[in-house]
Amino acid sequence: MNTGNVRSAGPGRGRLARTAGVVLLLAAAVALPFVSSSPYVLDVAILMLFYMCLALGLNVVVGYAGLLDLGYAAYFAVGAYTLGILTRTFHVNFWQALAAAGLFAMLLGLLIGMTVLRLRSDYLTMVTLGFGEIIRITANNLKITGGPTGIFGIMAPKVFGLSLGQPRNMYFVMLVLVVLTTVAMAHLGNSRVGRAWACLREDQDAAEAMGINTLGYKLLAYMTGTFWGGLTGAFFAVKMTAVSPNSFSFMQSVTVLMAVVMGGMGSVPGVILGGALVILLPELLRNVADWRYLVFGAALVLLMLFRPVGLWPARSGREREV
Amino acid sequence: MSQVLEQLLNALVIGSFYALVALGYSMVYGIIRLINFAHGDLYMLGAFFGYSALLLLGKTFLGTGVTGILAAMLTAMALTGGLGVLVERIAYRPLRGSPRIILLITALGMSLFLENAVMVFKPWGASFRVYPVTLGRAGFDLFGVHIGYAHLAIFAMALFLMAGLHLFVEKSVWGKAMRAVAFDREAAQLMGINANRMISMGFFLGSIMAAAAGVMAGLYYGQINFLMGFLVGLKAFTASVLGGIGNLPGAMLGGMLLGVLEVFGTSAVGGQWKDVFAFGALILILVFKPTGLLGERTAGRM
Repeated sequence: MNTGNVRSAGPGRGRLARTAGVVLLLAAAVALPFVSSSPYVLDVAILMLFYMCLALGLNVVVGYAGLLDLGYAAYFAVGAYTLGILTRTFHVNFWQALAAAGLFAMLLGLLIGMTVLRLRSDYLTMVTLGFGEIIRITANNLKITGGPTGIFGIMAPKVFGLSLGQPRNMYFVMLVLVVLTTVAMAHLGNSRVGRAWACLREDQDAAEAMGINTLGYKLLAYMTGTFWGGLTGAFFAVKMTAVSPNSFSFMQSVTVLMAVVMGGMGSVPGVILGGALVILLPELLRNVADWRYLVFGAALVLLMLFRPVGLWPARSGREREV
Repeated sequence: MSQVLEQLLNALVIGSFYALVALGYSMVYGIIRLINFAHGDLYMLGAFFGYSALLLLGKTFLGTGVTGILAAMLTAMALTGGLGVLVERIAYRPLRGSPRIILLITALGMSLFLENAVMVFKPWGASFRVYPVTLGRAGFDLFGVHIGYAHLAIFAMALFLMAGLHLFVEKSVWGKAMRAVAFDREAAQLMGINANRMISMGFFLGSIMAAAAGVMAGLYYGQINFLMGFLVGLKAFTASVLGGIGNLPGAMLGGMLLGVLEVFGTSAVGGQWKDVFAFGALILILVFKPTGLLGERTAGRM
């Protein structure tokens, strides 16, 4: 979770405190299924991990590269459907289906990215939204995707001898995935590629003038994001044992985007926090369920008005202004 | 043949809804370069204001005849216009000068807020509402085509509004000032034009057009729902891009074309793929001719 600027963190007390914090958080996450035996708590925790994963993936696109994607649920859907169809209809084994889900989503991301990534930010947003809807409508109307009812009866695979049908096993697999994703994304953000993305995000024309291949880097960001979306979608299909078009609506894309924006675009600890909050807050608001998205919408507007950098931004406000 | 003509009339009616909503997108984009995500929801709100106004006014001397409908439409337009101005004032104005992505997310949040505010508002709610007035089938036959008076009236009303807006923007002093702000805000301000007021006016005009379309759509389809603005908003955006965003005659043309494309596309491949046409059209236009049919702005800003 250590993404912040390593140089400014330095070897001092701040870094030690941060390491201690991460260790404590991880210990708490590992202990959770042993402390609480309530299936409800575990279910919410698993869902939180899913959204952390999705938010980390979308963060590459929106936070690192500055491309506002409103159709992210489409790649989540493609991953889930790919796994569902391959294991259910073609009896492919889980690992192959999982890889195929990620790759297939990425391939689609490449195709879509090549057509639309030349567009300026706000046009790009509308086009990704359009593609998201097209994919949902397609899933709703094709025979192979099971139409409006979708695909059900997806068997829980065994991972290292542990059945993913057990919520506790699913929880640990997702926890491992989140930790790995976190480490990978944090490194990606600080790498040479990550700096190119940041440059692109801040000023595309300047980036181009500096010799950065803007289209190539945008594609790379987009494909990383879509690959992660697909992979998470595949795990989601296993967890739910079913896939239906309703799970991949526009609101799904908005929820993941909300996680990224709320936490802080481009900040790895931020989007993890955001992923947890978008699940936790509605759960806390459960007895006023109708108001959920009203609160969401108002929160988005207020956040943009008063704290556009998010709750846990990538850099301090002072540095950001420079 | 007669069926094709009948469908063409339907296409023009639906197209005029798109065109009216598209005008708001184009106008706002022209002035402050923002894709107002919440604009489709103003269309939806217009439909709901019209619904309530018809229910209330129907009990007074106005009735639910032509006068009643016109009064309800004017009420809905006034209320939605005010709301559009309020949205700009509260959510968009403080963010002027922020990165576009921030503004876009704000507009998205505003859209969610408006939709769900209608949903949790008790007299309106989440289910479909049946419009208190339905259009009669009365009309005349022309070359074997049934032409409903009500459909003609809707189409004529839409044309009247569009013509009015066009004249206002092109001929009036206010319209001229608005265009000046769209062209160069700072220079316009130096010439003594109150840019904020002109931006508010752009929002007001766009909102009243959307509200009129919403009321007419409620009458035409017979039912309304808090989510009806989402798809129409997207399609209207497509229409404004099709014609060249920022260009008002382009928005009207784009709306009509989109209506025709959709109605004939539906009869060709079936209703379940209907919405794919608009999105497909949007993607194709943006990829191949992002300036639209009537747009002149160069692609440099893309």
